[in-house]
This record gives sequence, structure tokens and C-alpha cells, in this order.
Amino acid sequence: MLLAPIIWALAVAIVYFFVAKTWWFPPPISQHGMAYDAQFNRTLVVVGVIFFLAQVVLGYAIVKFRNDGRRATYSHGNNKMESLWTSATALLFLSLVLMGTKIWAGVHFDEAPPDAIPIEVLSKQFAWNFRYPGPDGIFGHTDLHLVNDAAGNPFGIDDKDPAGKDDIVSASLKIPAGKPIKLILHSRDVIHNFFVRELRMKQDIVPGMEIPLHFDTEPGTVGIYEVPCSELCGLGHFQMRTTMQVMSPADFEKWKQDQAQK
Amino acid sequence: MSSPHAHQAHAPQGFIRKYVFSLDHKVIGIQYYFLGLFSVLIGMSLSLLMRYHMVNPNVSVGWFGKLWPTAAAGGIMTPELYLSLMTMHGTIMVFFVLTTVPQSGFGNYFLPIQIGAEDMAFPVLNMMSFWTTFLALVVMVSAFFVQGGAPLAGWTAYPPLSAAGRITGPGEGMGQNLWIISIAIFCGASLMGAINFIATLVDLRCKGMTLMRMPLTCWTWLVTAILGLLGFAVLLAAGVLLILDRTVGTSFFLPAGLMINDKIITGHSGGSPLLWQHLFWFFGHPEVYIAILPGMGVASQLLSTFSRKPVYGYKAMVYAILSIGFLGFLVWGHHMFMSGLNPYSAMAFATLTMCIGVPSAIKTFNWLGTLWGGKIHFTTAMLFALGFVSLFVTGGVSGIFLGQPALDLYFHDTYFVVGHFHMIMGVAAIFGMFGGTYFWFPKMFGRMMNETIGKIHFYATFIGVYAIFTPMHMLGIVGNPRRYADFTNVEYLSGVMNVHQFMSYAAYLTAAVQVLFLFNLFWSLKKGKPATENPWNCTTLEWGIPSPPPFDNFAGVHPVVYRGAYEYSLPGVKEDYVMQTDPTPVRTEA
Repeated sequence: MLLAPIIWALAVAIVYFFVAKTWWFPPPISQHGMAYDAQFNRTLVVVGVIFFLAQVVLGYAIVKFRNDGRRATYSHGNNKMESLWTSATALLFLSLVLMGTKIWAGVHFDEAPPDAIPIEVLSKQFAWNFRYPGPDGIFGHTDLHLVNDAAGNPFGIDDKDPAGKDDIVSASLKIPAGKPIKLILHSRDVIHNFFVRELRMKQDIVPGMEIPLHFDTEPGTVGIYEVPCSELCGLGHFQMRTTMQVMSPADFEKWKQDQAQK
Repeated sequence: MSSPHAHQAHAPQGFIRKYVFSLDHKVIGIQYYFLGLFSVLIGMSLSLLMRYHMVNPNVSVGWFGKLWPTAAAGGIMTPELYLSLMTMHGTIMVFFVLTTVPQSGFGNYFLPIQIGAEDMAFPVLNMMSFWTTFLALVVMVSAFFVQGGAPLAGWTAYPPLSAAGRITGPGEGMGQNLWIISIAIFCGASLMGAINFIATLVDLRCKGMTLMRMPLTCWTWLVTAILGLLGFAVLLAAGVLLILDRTVGTSFFLPAGLMINDKIITGHSGGSPLLWQHLFWFFGHPEVYIAILPGMGVASQLLSTFSRKPVYGYKAMVYAILSIGFLGFLVWGHHMFMSGLNPYSAMAFATLTMCIGVPSAIKTFNWLGTLWGGKIHFTTAMLFALGFVSLFVTGGVSGIFLGQPALDLYFHDTYFVVGHFHMIMGVAAIFGMFGGTYFWFPKMFGRMMNETIGKIHFYATFIGVYAIFTPMHMLGIVGNPRRYADFTNVEYLSGVMNVHQFMSYAAYLTAAVQVLFLFNLFWSLKKGKPATENPWNCTTLEWGIPSPPPFDNFAGVHPVVYRGAYEYSLPGVKEDYVMQTDPTPVRTEA
């Protein structure tokens, strides 16, 4: 029957694109990213085998049991087979999710290390801003009434607070390679989402909540990585993009000093 | 056992009583079907506009400018227009197509007949449920025509985007209000339908029709109704809270300290955007099972009938349907893994989500088992059932990635998710509806559809939907975000525009092919070959009455059922099927 070769051809084509990695992840830049890829690959193998076998068997049944005059086998099923494939499926699926727990725990159960560099992230319709505490290590007091995007004060830093005078505000994220980072995510208006492909993580940013997200990068992953907003936030959602620039620790220090001069 | 009290003793007279305000479940089922058909044409058109814009964001199209002078000034679709088309596409498809046709369309028509009843338990309530749904559709479509147009917050309408009012974007004024009102009306209609289905199934089964002799379609209609009863009640509550936040200054979903469009929002504090997500997805997850379960029931019915074999593991299938229904209420958090939800609860939701994969796997194994050893007749209906199995596998397995929070860290809000739910809802469920149409058309209208056109429709659509939706998974792996009006602002997407182009062409072609289906449907209504009582030699009760059935289904006779629903190819019986109502004793295997 015509349907069988079509199903088989589709199954082969789909498996091909996953094996050939024609359109694929960018390389990861962190330990977490590498662990992520390992879990993805495990899942891909399991899923790939199930997918391919199911389509092959479906096609095979279509060919072998097409109407050729003989009578069908009268059977209501087989309880032993049912128990067997039910248990196997349950075991497989549950193992996969348990194996991924360590990765999830590393992101959300564990606290950021105490030496992580804290950076505030401000997301709003439709731009990103980042704030560093400066040499004093303290974020200055902010007030919503002092927010003035046009004047370069998106965070609304209170200039009466001395701790805020050395704060660095930037429209793109700059971090040193090989060091732990702790982002503190805020939204001014609606839900946004911070996503970096190479970090293999993203986080919704919910107004009214202060959400931490920590990660570190491998040394030597210097580069510029895109940050596209990943939760529908209005008509400018598709334009709400910034970059995360990973610099060498020396370059990062120089950048901070240059910013402080301003 | 008892007859419904409100049913009519005589056939209705007059056009209005017969075809408009009918109490007959068969007419109401057809009304729902055509409401769904009308809605899917709108929904599909919206998606074609979306797919065109994604690959031609800066091309001026003359008639866009005529249709939307503000939102597509100069013929170029603005991002807010794109998002409103997207919002309405999702909303219309999920509510007015996937929730109506399989359950209220086919279920209304065939549930009473398949259990041997003369009508639903509450025919007046049934009529009201249809017209309430119709009203909901009118209100929904009207959102396009008000100032600001249709809302742009997606079918999921997350606050604060959906709650803070016009200030968050065009369409978020009256458009969003109308959307909420329409959904609330729809909830009312669904609740009416759910009560009717459950009462009918519990009370009106004829003599001999035990629960375990019911066709699997009836089991799916029962569980779907229970999901609807419990789920839609919560959505209605959520909608009420949202419209209160928008209109009278409550703060269910709005925290303090918001600044939108340079304006500090006062008058709201203490609300949580996450509360909406919990309420919405507590409904939203059962909703997707509402969309797919009846299609699974139809698939079982068709695979068995056209393999001339009993359903493999009927009892396991029933337990799978019940488990999917029950577990469906416990997994809503998997839509919220990245939302700021407690990460420990994410693991709980993930474990339960993996569990729900098990009954779905059982059903897939059993469909294959039904085919195994069968004698397959490749009618168009059967082709769609086979296609359903293939598509359900493809769509279902991507859920194994998404159900793991560790992997969702990347895939949330990418095209991987869009590919997953379209495969399952936008394709597998639709194939269930197509299969149901080709199968039951002869019974409903007394005429056969054209099989040749049907087969061309099947093959072209089957290949077409694979071409449209499988590449979305690859896009997800590349990290292509969802709900983007265009992709020109993200450098890493420049390499996949050819994939988007391919998908758009596949969409235009597949949509065009549906003309064959529409032609076949409407032409066959008048010119199809007259149908016999049982053109498919099927065993269930609807195939023992005329095509189309008399107004009271069984012409005053109370049917009696002697056996299960899928007694095909019994050894020692000359015919390869035995009707459920056939009293002849036959030695059968356990």
C-alpha cells in the first residue's frame, strides 16, 4: 500500500536531519551547557528509536496485513504483552526525567556561589538594561519615580544615595569568562524572558518578583552571544534583543574602569 | 434505562424547529460541525497570513492595506496586527474547532445512538449549548472590528500584558475585553454540554449496554465531558478575575510598582501574574486532552472496523482513557517550568508528566496491535486513522523532551513547542475529525463521499502537514523564539529563513488541497451515491438504523445489546462481523 513507503520515507528523512544536525544548537559555553547536551542526546536516542520503530512497524503492518482475501485473526489482545510494554515505557520515561534532575538542580536548587558577580537585569517593553554595583559592591537605592530612560537612568537610581554613584548601567550584558555570575531579574511592566542559547538556559521575568539566575562560563569562551526576549511582551517582542559579551577577565576589568570614568 | 422526558413524541415540523432551534441531537451535532468548519476556515486563513508575513515582513500587499487601513497601513502588516492574528488563530482553533467538532459535533450526533438512546438526556439544554457557542463565536469575531482590533496577548492571555489594559498595546482595550467575554460565554456553553453528556451516558444506556460494551468513542466522550466540566469552570473563574482587574481596579494578577509606557500604574497591588498561569493551565492542560481524546476514540473505532479485528486490549484502552483524564489534571505545571514557579514543584509536575506518557504509549501499542493480524481495507476513513497513529507518535515523542524541566530550559517558548502542539492538536486531532467525517458522513447524510477525491485529499494533506510542522522542531533546536512577528532582528535566525520559506510554501499548498475536501463534502451532500444502512459492515449501533436515521433514532424500538463493540472475524461465524444488537449466541474467546 502506498502509505507504507510514504511513512517510511518520512521517518528516514526526519531521522536523517537529526543525525546530520543540519540545523542544530550552537556550541555550549558552560559546564551546565555540556551536561544539557548530554541529557538531550540521551533523550534523542531514546525518542529516536521509539519514533523510528513505531513508524516502521506501522508501515509494516499496513503492508503485511492488507486485505488479501484471508480472514483476520480474532484476538482481544494479550495481557502479558500489555504489562511488558507498559512497564518498559514507564521505566524509560521516568529514568530520563530523573537523570535530568541534576541539571535542573544545578540551576534552581543550588544557590549561586558566594563569589558570584551580581548583575541586575531590567527588562521592559522593549529593551534590556543591566546594572553593576561598581567598586563599592553595593547597588544604589532606586525609585520608580526617578526612572528616566531618555536621560539614561532606566533603573531610577537615586543620586542622593552615595552607593549608587559608582553603579554601572549598560544596555548589553558584559561578563568575564570563567567566573560565576548571578543575574537578578526584574521586569518593569509585563512578563519577559532572558535567554542565551549558548548557556542552555532561560528564565521568565515576572513583574513583582525578583528572580535570581546563576551560571558560569568556561574560560576561553570569549565572544558575543545574542539575548532575544523569549516571552510574548507586546508588539515589540520581536525587536527586544540585546547581547551578552563574554570578555577575558582583564578586558572586563578594563571595561568596568572605562565605565566608571563616564 | 429510562427514556428522556423532554424528547419529542412526534417529528418536529417547520423549518425553524427542524433546522434552527432544533432539540434533535443529530441536528445539533451537525450545527456544531458546520460551526467548527466555518471556524477552521477562519483559523486557517489567519495562519496563512501569519506564515506569509514571517517570510515577507516588509512586502506591501495591496489588499492588506484595504482590509486594515491602520494596522496594515501601506499594505505592510504591523507587528501588532501579526500578534492579533496569532492570538485569534490560536483562540479560534482551540476553542471553536478542537473543542467543538470532536465532542459537541460527532459526540452529540453519535453518543445517544451508540448507546441506544433516543436523544440526549436534556435536549433543550443541548440546543441552548449550541446557540450559546454560536454567540461566543460572534463575540470573538467582533473583536476584529472594534477600535484597536483583536487582542495581541496570545490565546494564553498572560497578565500583566492582558490585564493592564490598552496601555500595553493595541488591541488590549476593547478587543481583549471582548475576548474574555467570548471565552466566558463559551465556558457556559461547554458546561451545559458536559452535564448533558455525562447524564446521558450514566442514565440512558439501553438494555445490555454495560460500560465495558460501549464503543471506545463513548468512553472518550465521557472522559472528555468530565474534563470539560471541571476544567471550564476554572477558566470561567479566571476570566471573571481578569476582567475585574481590567475594569474595576482589582489586583488578582497585577502587582504594585508597574510602569508601562512611561506611566506609573497606581491603583493595583498585591496581585500575582503567576496566579493566572496556574488557573489558566489548570484548565489548559485538560483542554488539550479534550481536544485529542475523542480523536483517539475515533481512531480506535476506525482501526478496528477496517482491520476487521477487535480493538487490541479494550480494557487497557479504557484504563488508558481514564488515566489520561485523571493525570491530565495533575500536570498543568509543565507549561510553567520557566515561569518562576517553585523549582521543586517543577520536578513533581515533570514526574507526573512522564507518567501521563505511559497511557498514551499503551494506546499507541494497542492501535498497532489492532492492525496486527488484521485484514486492512484502505478506505479514506481508514487512511486518516492510520495517519492519526503516525502523527500522534511524531507529535507525542517531542513531549518527552519538553516534559523534562532540564531540557525545557532551552526549548520553552521556542518553535520546538509550536511544532509539538501543532502535531498533536493541529494535525492528529484534525485527522481524527477527517476520519470521523469520511466514516460517518453516509450515516448523517444518507450519501457516500467520493473515495477517489478523499484519497487524494488524504495523501496530499498527510505529506503536507509533515512538511509544515516537522521542521519546527529543528527551528526549536536552533533556538528560534515563538511569537515573533519577524526574524530580522536576531542574527542567528538569518540561517533558517529558508526553512521558514519552505514551511510557508508547504502551508499554502496544504491549505489549497483542503478545497478538495470542501468540494467533496458539499457536492456529496446532494450528489453522493445513496448510502445503505451499513456500508462499512461495522458493528456499533448507529449502523443498524437507516442512513440518515429517523428523528427518534430507533423508530420507537428500544435496542438491546448482547455483546461488545468490536466483534469482528469471529471464528465459526460466516460474516466477518457481528452487530452489537445481534442476539445469536456465538462461542467467543474470553
